[in-house]
Amino acid sequence: MLTGWLGLLRLYARRDRIVLPLWVLLLSVPLGGVYVTSIEKVYPTAAERASFVASVAASPAQRAMYGNIYNDSVGATALWKAGVFHALIGVAMILTIIRHTRADEEAGRTELLGSTAVGRFAGLTAALSLAFGGSIATGVIATASLLTTNVPASGSVAFGLALTCSGLVFAAVAAVAAQLTVNARTARGIAFSVLGAAFALRAVGDAGSGVLSWLSPLGWSLQVRPYAGERWWVLLLHLTMAVALTAFAYALLGRRDIGAGLIPERPGLPGAAAVLAGPAGLAWRLQRGSVLAWTAGLGMYALLAGSVVHGVGSQIGDSQTIREILNRLGGTSAVESAFVAISFSFLGIAASAQAISSILRLHSEEAAGRAETTLAGAVSRIRWAASHLAFAVGGPTLSLLTAGLVAGLTYGLAADDVGGKLPGVLSAAAVQLPFVWLSAGIALCFFGIIPRFTPMVWGVFSAFVALYFLGSVSGMPQWVLDLTPFSHVPHVPGENPCSAALLWAVAADVALIAVGMMTFRRRDLR
Amino acid sequence: MTDVIDVRDLRKNFGRVDALNGLDLQVNQGEVHGFLGPNGAGKSTTIRILLGLLRATAGTVRLLGRDPWRDAVSLHREIAYVPGDVTLWPSLSGGETIDLLARMRGGIDLRRRAELVERFALDPSKKARTYSKGNRQKVSLISALSSNCRLLLLDEPSSGLDPLMENVFQECVLEARDRGVTVLLSSHILAETEALCERVTIIRAGRTVESGTLESMRHLSRTSVRAELSGEPGDLGHLVSRIAGVDDVSIDGNVFRAQVDSAGLGDLIRTLGDAGVRGLVSQPPTLEELFLRHYDVAPGGPRC
Repeated sequence: MLTGWLGLLRLYARRDRIVLPLWVLLLSVPLGGVYVTSIEKVYPTAAERASFVASVAASPAQRAMYGNIYNDSVGATALWKAGVFHALIGVAMILTIIRHTRADEEAGRTELLGSTAVGRFAGLTAALSLAFGGSIATGVIATASLLTTNVPASGSVAFGLALTCSGLVFAAVAAVAAQLTVNARTARGIAFSVLGAAFALRAVGDAGSGVLSWLSPLGWSLQVRPYAGERWWVLLLHLTMAVALTAFAYALLGRRDIGAGLIPERPGLPGAAAVLAGPAGLAWRLQRGSVLAWTAGLGMYALLAGSVVHGVGSQIGDSQTIREILNRLGGTSAVESAFVAISFSFLGIAASAQAISSILRLHSEEAAGRAETTLAGAVSRIRWAASHLAFAVGGPTLSLLTAGLVAGLTYGLAADDVGGKLPGVLSAAAVQLPFVWLSAGIALCFFGIIPRFTPMVWGVFSAFVALYFLGSVSGMPQWVLDLTPFSHVPHVPGENPCSAALLWAVAADVALIAVGMMTFRRRDLR
Repeated sequence: MTDVIDVRDLRKNFGRVDALNGLDLQVNQGEVHGFLGPNGAGKSTTIRILLGLLRATAGTVRLLGRDPWRDAVSLHREIAYVPGDVTLWPSLSGGETIDLLARMRGGIDLRRRAELVERFALDPSKKARTYSKGNRQKVSLISALSSNCRLLLLDEPSSGLDPLMENVFQECVLEARDRGVTVLLSSHILAETEALCERVTIIRAGRTVESGTLESMRHLSRTSVRAELSGEPGDLGHLVSRIAGVDDVSIDGNVFRAQVDSAGLGDLIRTLGDAGVRGLVSQPPTLEELFLRHYDVAPGGPRC
């Protein structure tokens, strides 16, 4: 059953010889050099660190973003923002697993390999070996990087282990997702939804009572508490989940045919309905599933966040310092507003990913030769591109406003003040939109100008997200940090939503979309 | 005689690579025109320029009197195109795809659609994801043939069809011609075009090398013959070399090989029969062989 897995592992490692090492190094090397060194510069004394820790404790928004800080040691404060790395290694492992399992299977390469002397489980085993190996390498190098600084060794080992375990869990999640559907796109979507749900539960949990965090693998990774009385037993949760999911993936693989998913293919209609008559009807048909999924996903997160807003201020604790900071920030209602703003900036990032993936439909249609088929009909380039652009602009609008409505209603009902809370929350959702559309515009420009490399827009998106999250502590110059659209979104509710940044963003949206459309209209189809 | 397609001195380069290098193509109203060339000669590139998907680097291209790049949309209402390598939307059924594609052209003839689904033996309610290559080809063909159009652009359309369906396909093309539809049929197999086309254009390395009626190109229709003799060859080589149109004779043990044009085929078979044969294989030569013979060009360009 495993015959040939070593050969496959070599093949996968070769195909991944650039991307995977890049992930491993980016998620490990900066920890010691950048994080620990910069915190020592920014907060050199214990007193300064203590007040920093208190300010985080007073801000549910900050805790939602990065989790709690468990003491004021150099290690715990330095690696607080590096908590995001647990989610990032999850992204890396999901992409690695799906690329070598379902994506290969969908392209028919698995069938070719399956006809050679390769066992049934060899492919999955090789993919998991590669991903597990990558996770372990990341953890080891992370620990080594931390050991070069002056922080305690046990905490450094704990952080490295937690990072590895986060990777193992999401590799196993992806291995299960890869068995469920016939196309890699949906499999990736399922795995990322699990990651998103884990992030949401952790964020809302850490902002509130902390109970929800225990439902999330990302919550466990922070609960290991490196440099703050390490809790080694938490790692057993990761390992149990990884082993259980891996076993489940093998069981599913053992029961299904090559190329098939678990859900059997249903027959379709023998003829097209009236709505399926042109590019717009076709785009709706191709995108409706993902619009629904994104809207449901963002709506669920909003339900979770909205239900805890009222009360985040009161759960902060009673220490004198924290009360003082809270008053300086503007009291409980200001804290609630900041929490709403930060929650919607997460949703804005998710909606940007939605916008990009809608535009990438254009790319995959062209790469598969289906754009040629459509454009050989009486369909202009502009009309075809616009049919998908409509979903890149309208899809995130629908999902964000739905999220705003849901969060506003739940928050308003909890506070018994729907009329007072709903408009603020809705506007927090609405101000994200011009910045979300920027991602659609950038993706469209990639598609028009460098069509072959359109998916590299994910690299730009990742850089935006990294700059936003890793920002202030990373020691990067301000103008670099300003490159990410997400840091320019007005903090609503609280700030005046009609800022100049908003108008600039709308102008940039229009310009980027115009450039993308014009360049696509004038170029050869691939 | 009006030209439906009129291409003169067409050039197209991708970066430094010349894909088309002075291509001429004239297709008359109501004819089935063969567009022949070996793989990589530039047939698909030409068709994609005719569809306005690629922009010509130089030369003139007129389709139904219009410019395919500028007037793409209005032209496409009158054109149906079948690509050589059909990819469909995996989540749409075959029937939905047929309707969608036809509606994006000039509309569909429902009676003809039903009849073609029957004749090609296609199950239209299956999702495209589950179709084999031949079935995807059928979806594309049925959609094109049941569309209301004036011009059919078929790019190696019968690849993947079994011989039975190949016959149905040929009948359908001739019926389309009888309805007054002009057909451009690209292929790399000479025999396929012989069955359907009155005139052919032959291209090689992005350039037109010959164009005219099939009749005027009879010299191209050589057959290569391989016979296994039952006895000793004797003076067979000598006898055969006196027949007009026989060439490249070789005898290796009891295996006889030769090339013959259609006029000499009967005489050759008679002579071989008299000598006694145990097995006989005859096949049309590949385009590559024809080019080597008639145009003295090796694969990759003219020989100096």
